[in-house]
Amino acid sequence: MTVKDMARVVGLIASSGARIALHRPWPRAVVTPDMWNAAADQLAHGNWTLLGLWGAAGAVHMALIDGRTGEIGVITLECPNGSFPSIGMRHPPAIRLERAVHDLFGHDPLGLPDKRPWLDHGRWNIGHPLAARPSAAPGPLHYPFLTAEGEGMHQIPVGPVHAGIIEPGHFRFTADGETVVRLEERLGYVHKGIESLMTGAALDRASKLAGRVSGDSTVAYALAFAQAAEAALGIEVPMRACWLRALMAELERIANHLGDIGAVCNDAAFTLMHAHCGVLRERVLRAADACFGHRLMRDRIVPGGILDEPNPAFGAVLRELIDEVRNRFPELVELYDNTTSLQDRTVGTGVLAPALARQYGAGGHVGRASGRTFDARRMPGYPPYHELRFDVPVLDAGDVNARLWIRIREVEQSLFLLEQILEQLPDGAVRTEVMGAREHREGMALVESFRGDVLVWIRLGGDGRVERCHLRDPSWFQWPLLEAAIEGNIVADFPLCNKSFNCSYSGHDL
Amino acid sequence: MRKLLFQGMFRPPLTEPAPPLSDAAVDELARSLDRAARRRLGRSLAIREIDAGSCNGCELEIHALNNPFYDLERFGIHFVASPRHADVLLVTGPVTRNMREALERTYHATPGPKWVVAAGDCARDGGCFAGSYAVVGGVSEVVPVALHIPGCPPSPTALLKGLLALLEQESGDRKP
Repeated sequence: MTVKDMARVVGLIASSGARIALHRPWPRAVVTPDMWNAAADQLAHGNWTLLGLWGAAGAVHMALIDGRTGEIGVITLECPNGSFPSIGMRHPPAIRLERAVHDLFGHDPLGLPDKRPWLDHGRWNIGHPLAARPSAAPGPLHYPFLTAEGEGMHQIPVGPVHAGIIEPGHFRFTADGETVVRLEERLGYVHKGIESLMTGAALDRASKLAGRVSGDSTVAYALAFAQAAEAALGIEVPMRACWLRALMAELERIANHLGDIGAVCNDAAFTLMHAHCGVLRERVLRAADACFGHRLMRDRIVPGGILDEPNPAFGAVLRELIDEVRNRFPELVELYDNTTSLQDRTVGTGVLAPALARQYGAGGHVGRASGRTFDARRMPGYPPYHELRFDVPVLDAGDVNARLWIRIREVEQSLFLLEQILEQLPDGAVRTEVMGAREHREGMALVESFRGDVLVWIRLGGDGRVERCHLRDPSWFQWPLLEAAIEGNIVADFPLCNKSFNCSYSGHDL
Repeated sequence: MRKLLFQGMFRPPLTEPAPPLSDAAVDELARSLDRAARRRLGRSLAIREIDAGSCNGCELEIHALNNPFYDLERFGIHFVASPRHADVLLVTGPVTRNMREALERTYHATPGPKWVVAAGDCARDGGCFAGSYAVVGGVSEVVPVALHIPGCPPSPTALLKGLLALLEQESGDRKP
């Protein structure tokens, strides 16, 4: 193995000599601790980006992407002694992932600077629930928050039950007067044990669970799960199904962005925008209901294609929707752009430095508002996007305003995509039969949700059931950045910053 | 902005007529609320929403209740920021073990008389998450539930029907 080999993801995997044959579409290999540490080097130097890190009984897996070449690979380190060299020790984006691996599997990340539990709040009735042999419940845990010292500092605890209609999580602010000196998040409240429910589940039940990881991204999750299962089983999905899946994914993106644009303005007390965006969002959901029979399009994407042919009138319904949004949206954008009192709140607020977005591999509007161009529809890409024209908007300012503008531009691009899909939609079947493989198979998929890239990794048994499935929400690499972005801002701007990120609690807590 | 405000004055409202009450919800409530309790609500209801473990799907549709199409506030129903101000706790999700205490404490922080409405299929019995080591089960495992609104997620119309049934004081006072 040469140094040059090690500098490439595929080189590292090829040189391991322990490549797993049935892992698709990207390679996976079992590596030595030295090679595991070499990967940590590449991550720490910013040459590669961490796509995910998750546990298995007796092993840890890590998905990597080389942002320059687009090469993706998964490396696995067996940990027979129940420990592995920490990646988070040298590459902070892995810290919370490793804390979660420890909670769920009991593997000890050697050298991890933060050993506090993450998902385990001491409330479960077992310890390390996904380990080969779970232990007894650890009982109530003491959770010390990080400190910030100085004269006049005070703490503000917020949550898990918040004032608005939002998901639960705890925020511990340390403030100096109005200024936030430190924000520390504590998550895990909505941990439902989805990965344990996945284990042993048949594909259709597992697909339903995937669609309930994060309700706002139900299409993206079902799509990522289906793509991973199809990759594992070597199933070709009919082209019409691919295109209709993209149609649903873009509708979901538009609906969420419209909701967020209104909600960010609402958090700056500009309710006019919220009301108008709420009307447009409702129109998108009603169109989705009319076409696909469910407002959020839940359970419409299944392994093998989509559930059913949409309502025959779907073309007309969606063209009318596109016209309506095109007609109304520009004046709302103008309203946002011309309201100085609103801009006063959003411009320069909650700045996320591009270097941090790059280091954490932040996806979606969070990454793209801070100079990171990554979009899973482009790289690695999946059908039908290679046949469609669209821009991936990118800005450098990294503030609330930039994250709002990325959403605005993405709504416009998604409308354009909807139009192209309606024009070019191929005929044919929308579903193909899914046959088990009678052997172990593994697959992975990376799908662009409205929030960023969702990763799904799956291992299927010979009986066609799920042996292990890991679902990594984009929020894992965005939540820690919110802590950085809020620093030095005033407490009253936190809702604005938080909504401009709009990270998922349920997707993260799993 | 002026243009948009003028349009708002001259365009007909988007708000839709109230949906008919859900008979199932009325029956369920008749069992759990006595007439006196319903009378005490008047025609005003303050709701505190609690996500006790949901996937966020229910929250999206609860949010939609506030948009101009459903305009919840015209019925005197509004969402409040604190359980201390609430008559009703609208609880979603299978209750996770990590949220159980927060739900109990929020319930105890709400002054009586109070009612819990469980929204969504998970809130009934844990839905597809039932049986997990991290999930307690339905909302009624933790706090007493007056009404359950099914759906995954329940549509805004279904939510509205359920909440209006709660406001309904007696059969003679039913709104069209």
